[in-house]
Order: sequence, then C-alpha cells, then structure tokens
Amino acid sequence: MDLTREELLEAYRTLRMIRAFEEKLNELVTAGKMGGFLHLYIGEEAVATGVCSHLGVRDWVASTHRGHGHCIAKGVDIRAMMAELFGRATGTSRGKGGSMHIADVQQGMLGANGIVGAGIPLATGAALSAKLKGTGGVAVAFFGDGATNQGQFHESLNMAANWKLPVVYVVENNGYGEFTPTDFVVPVKDIATRAGSYAMRSEIADGMDFFDVYEKAGEAIRRARAGEGPTLLECKTYRFAGHFVGDPLAYRAKEEAEDWIQNRDPLARFEGQVLEAALVEADDLRRIDHDVEEELAAAVVDAEAAPPPGLEELLTDVYARGES
Amino acid sequence: MSRVLSVSQAINEALTIAMETDPDVILLGEDVAGGGTRSGDDVEEAGGVLGTTKGLVTKFGPDRVLDTPISEMGLIGTAVGAAATGLRPVAELMFIDFLGTCLDPLLNQAAKLRYMFGGKVRVPLTVRTVTGAGMQAAAQHSQSLYWMTAGIPGLKTVIPSNAADAKGLLLAAIRDDDPVIFCEPKRILFQAGEVPEGDYEVPIGEAAVVREGSDVSLIGMGATVATALEAAELLAAEGKSAEVLDLRSLAPLDEDAILATLEKTGTVVVVDESTPRCGIASDVAALCVDRGFDFLNAPVKRVTAPHAPVPYNKALEDAYIPSVARVIEAVRECGI
Repeated sequence: MDLTREELLEAYRTLRMIRAFEEKLNELVTAGKMGGFLHLYIGEEAVATGVCSHLGVRDWVASTHRGHGHCIAKGVDIRAMMAELFGRATGTSRGKGGSMHIADVQQGMLGANGIVGAGIPLATGAALSAKLKGTGGVAVAFFGDGATNQGQFHESLNMAANWKLPVVYVVENNGYGEFTPTDFVVPVKDIATRAGSYAMRSEIADGMDFFDVYEKAGEAIRRARAGEGPTLLECKTYRFAGHFVGDPLAYRAKEEAEDWIQNRDPLARFEGQVLEAALVEADDLRRIDHDVEEELAAAVVDAEAAPPPGLEELLTDVYARGES
Repeated sequence: MSRVLSVSQAINEALTIAMETDPDVILLGEDVAGGGTRSGDDVEEAGGVLGTTKGLVTKFGPDRVLDTPISEMGLIGTAVGAAATGLRPVAELMFIDFLGTCLDPLLNQAAKLRYMFGGKVRVPLTVRTVTGAGMQAAAQHSQSLYWMTAGIPGLKTVIPSNAADAKGLLLAAIRDDDPVIFCEPKRILFQAGEVPEGDYEVPIGEAAVVREGSDVSLIGMGATVATALEAAELLAAEGKSAEVLDLRSLAPLDEDAILATLEKTGTVVVVDESTPRCGIASDVAALCVDRGFDFLNAPVKRVTAPHAPVPYNKALEDAYIPSVARVIEAVRECGI
C-alpha cells in the first residue's frame, strides 16, 4: 500500500465526514428542519472515497441523486453544501438546486443529478473535453446498478470505448434500484460483464473496502490518464439507509440489512485495517471524529443563519445573459 | 354510495376495477410491485415510489404487475408495443419530468402508429405520471409538462383535480383505444374526497363547472382548480361571483365548455401551474380571442408559473406556483 499516514488520515476524514454529514441530514429532516427529496449515501462511503482519493481539481466527477458523498470526496465545501440543503443563498446552487443538484464546477463536480443515468454521458463529454483540450484530466461517472439499464449507459460506453476516452465508469451496485432488488430486473450477476459488449476493460471491487476500491480505481484512472481507454469498475456495496429519507424499507429483509451493517461497515473495516497494521493510532481517528462533528455543527449554525435567495432570484440564471 | 378516499387510493381502486374487468389490463413501471413477490422473508411490496399501486401485485400476480428496470425508454416503448398487439397496458412514468428519457416511444410511436398505418392499429395505452411542484423536489422532479403531451396529435392528456374524477378519468383512460397521459398532481395526490363506489367513467374531453358564477370565469386544471375555488370564495366575500371551470381533459380540450363560461361571464382568468410559453393557458386564451371575441369584456389573463425551472428553496417554490393572491390580482386587472 502506497498511502502515507497523512493520506490515510485524510481518507478516514472523508469517510467519517460523509457518514456524519448524512446522519446529520437524517436528523434535520426528521426534525422537520429540511425539505425535499434526500437520498443518503450511508454504507457506500468507501466507493466515493476510494475513487476520489486519486482525483484532483482538473478531474471531473458526475454524480447521482445519491450524490452528497461524491461531492464531499471531490472536495466540495461542506458549508456550502449544508447551506444549499437549507435552501440558502450561500449554498452551492444559491439555494435553487437542493440535494439532487449540488454542484461545484470549480472543484470538477458536475453535479448530483435527478435523472437516473443522466450523469453518465455528462462524464463522457467531460472526458472528451479533457482529451481534446489536452488537460490531462480524467472523468469519473458514479451511478447505481439501476442506471445500467438506461440507454444512456450503453450508448456512452460504446462511444467512450470507441474513442478511448479518459473516463472511468463506477457503478455502485447496492443491490436495489430504488425499491426493487437488482436481481428482479437484471439477468446478469455482475454488472461488470456489460463492459464486454463494448470491448471495455472491467473490474469488480469490494465496495465496502476502501483499500480494494482505492487500488482498482487507481489502476483504472492511471490507464485513463495514460490514454489507454475507459474502465467499467463495479463496486459491490449496500445502502444502509432507505432509498430516500422516509422510506419505510418494508421491501427488504431486516436480517439482510443487519448483516451488512453489523459485519461490513466500511468505516469499521477501514479502522480495523489501519489499526491492525499500526499505520495510525486510534487517538488520531477519534480526533478526526471530533473535528468532523464540530465542523458539521458549525456548518449547520452558519447555514441556518444565512440569508435565503431573494424572490427576484426566481428569474435569474435561466439564461447566461439577462433575465427571462 | 361513496366513501372518502385520497386521490392515490382512488387511483388504486380504478386500477383494481380495470384489472378485474379486463384481463388484458397490465401494469408496468419502476417499483410498481417493488419487491413484493419475493417469497420467504419479511418483506412487502412497496407499490410504487408513492405507494399508489400497493397491493396490486398480491392481488393480480407478477405476470400482470411488472416491475421494470429503471429503463423509461424501454418500458414505455414496450408498453406501446404491447398496446398495439392486444394488451391494454397502464405504464407508470414515475414523474413527468422523466419524459425526457422516453419521448420517442410517445412522440413518434404511440401517437402516430394508428395514423401511419392507415387506421389499422389501436394503441390503448395509459401512462400514469406524477406532475407538478410543491414538495421541494426541485428542477427535475417538479415540472408540469402536460403541455408537451397535449400538443402532440395522437395523444390524449387528462388531469384530475379530485379523487372522484381521478377514479373515473383513469377508468376512461384505460378503456380508451388511444394513448392517454394521465397526470397525477403531487399537491392533490394525498388529498381526500368523496369517491363513488363501483365502476364508473368520467368521459375524456369534458370539462366540469365546479362552481357556478356570473362575473368572471376562473379556469383551472389539476391542483390549480383548488386555487381557483379558493379565489372564488374570497371574491364571493366581496360580492363578486366567480365561476370555476375544471378542464379535466387537456387534449382533447372541451372548447364548448370554455366558450360557454366565457359567454356567461365575459371574463376569463386561466390558472395553470406550467410555464407560460406554448401552454394550456395560452391555448385557452387563444380560443377565447379566436372564437369568443364577441363575448369578451376584458383581456384574457393567464396566471402561470414563470418561464424558469422550478427552484428548490421553499419560499421561491411557493412564489413559483400560481397563488390565490395572483388569481385575485388578475381578476382585478380585468376590472372586476
């Protein structure tokens, strides 16, 4: 493992921040302080963290309705994210986008997305830009197993493979498309096999294991950057929470969820791995836990105190110049 | 006899009746069963992301209630093919915003097959879809795109404003031999109302006068009917008599009913939650000017959403949706 102590601590900080951020949102929605459709990333933290650890500002990420984790891992300011979720003018989208449209183009974050599969061609286009402009950047599309049943997925993979674009397609296979088990609607066991139709390289990672994702994403991103073409990376993972906040979860067995939560939690796994190998001290991790909580609490206070967008903003930014 | 049901429950009842009375009726869509047919563990079906189809897979089985992948293009296209070959499918497009992912099967297939084939095929397809703002679901889950489907020759588009009409209109839509887009406005989906028992249809193409009046006609559709009724109530307190017309059917449009209320009051305010360009409100206004010019005492006013995407922030979203205050303001601008 080529990670330094600082890099390991940074990875843990990202994992913890995503977890704590989502738990905080759950709390805020349940308390009636936040509205909209919220889809939590709890359980899948190792995927965004493992992949984005290899990315810099020149690289692009396109995300999904379950996008908070990708944003955090890509370096979007959590204060601006929290403000967005409160619908404030200081939010990433000036309060006009909300959970499913958090974006930060300066950070290479092309947005969460309310349309299943729609981020896949956006990342493909970002890879085309990077290639034609010679920026050395790569693009990563994160999407769920459900999105691989969309035409946009297949059409994008075909073009990207044919053009050898610097893009990595990361499918977060969490076993459910919304409420429906993946095996109800997909005849293949591994989504990764779908790459075969496009002569594209594929790989399967344990999405609950930061180190496995880190290693396999690293190789895929290295190849993309070197002009060796795209990879479809399937990360097997699990959504600890519901499809959205408020989902009663009646459609999945409790023992199944308990098993994943008790035995395969990516944060507990990371902690066990790094402590066992004596790479960091437990105190380091607890200090990060504490710092993350403080940072989040401050973000909530700031967001609540921030001004909402003025009513005139209803009509701004419909077009690049002038109002509608 | 009638009971109080929510719009969502009324829709569920209509689907049940349609499936009981016609074995060719099938349901397909994302999560319409939702895991309900997995045996041997403690799960129950979700019955759609908003629970509208709950219980139907248990009653009718997985051959007639099909969970599809998240493949709108495929599922709507498949429903069109099935409709053209003997089934009477009810497809669910979870939110009308997802029209972007499945436009071709509706625009170039369902709407045109019969015409292109010289009348030799029928496409008895119903597409149920949730429309409108009001849940802070933001720009890609809150649109009122019924103006798009209403503008395509070959498609019909209906939008109920209450539970009783929802049941009757859906039964009529399913039994109609042409493709019908059935809109389910978010803001009324869980509102309750009296719903007659048994099997009945509300004819497609017929608007309904839901409040009689003589000074001004407020014309609404879906959730804006309640806005119009509330405005009428406030106007009544000032001694002004507003008639409220619920369009119910956007395509075909009940032109006679629109002209009749215009003739009666001489003044029309259309309340439409969709964006202002190329929309239903503009259509109604054009009809009034074109064929009702002699009846007009005032300009036809359109109260719509602005020409902008739907914002997330609650106050902005509230300002986006046509309000009672804006309806009253429009009535005042007519000199009433």
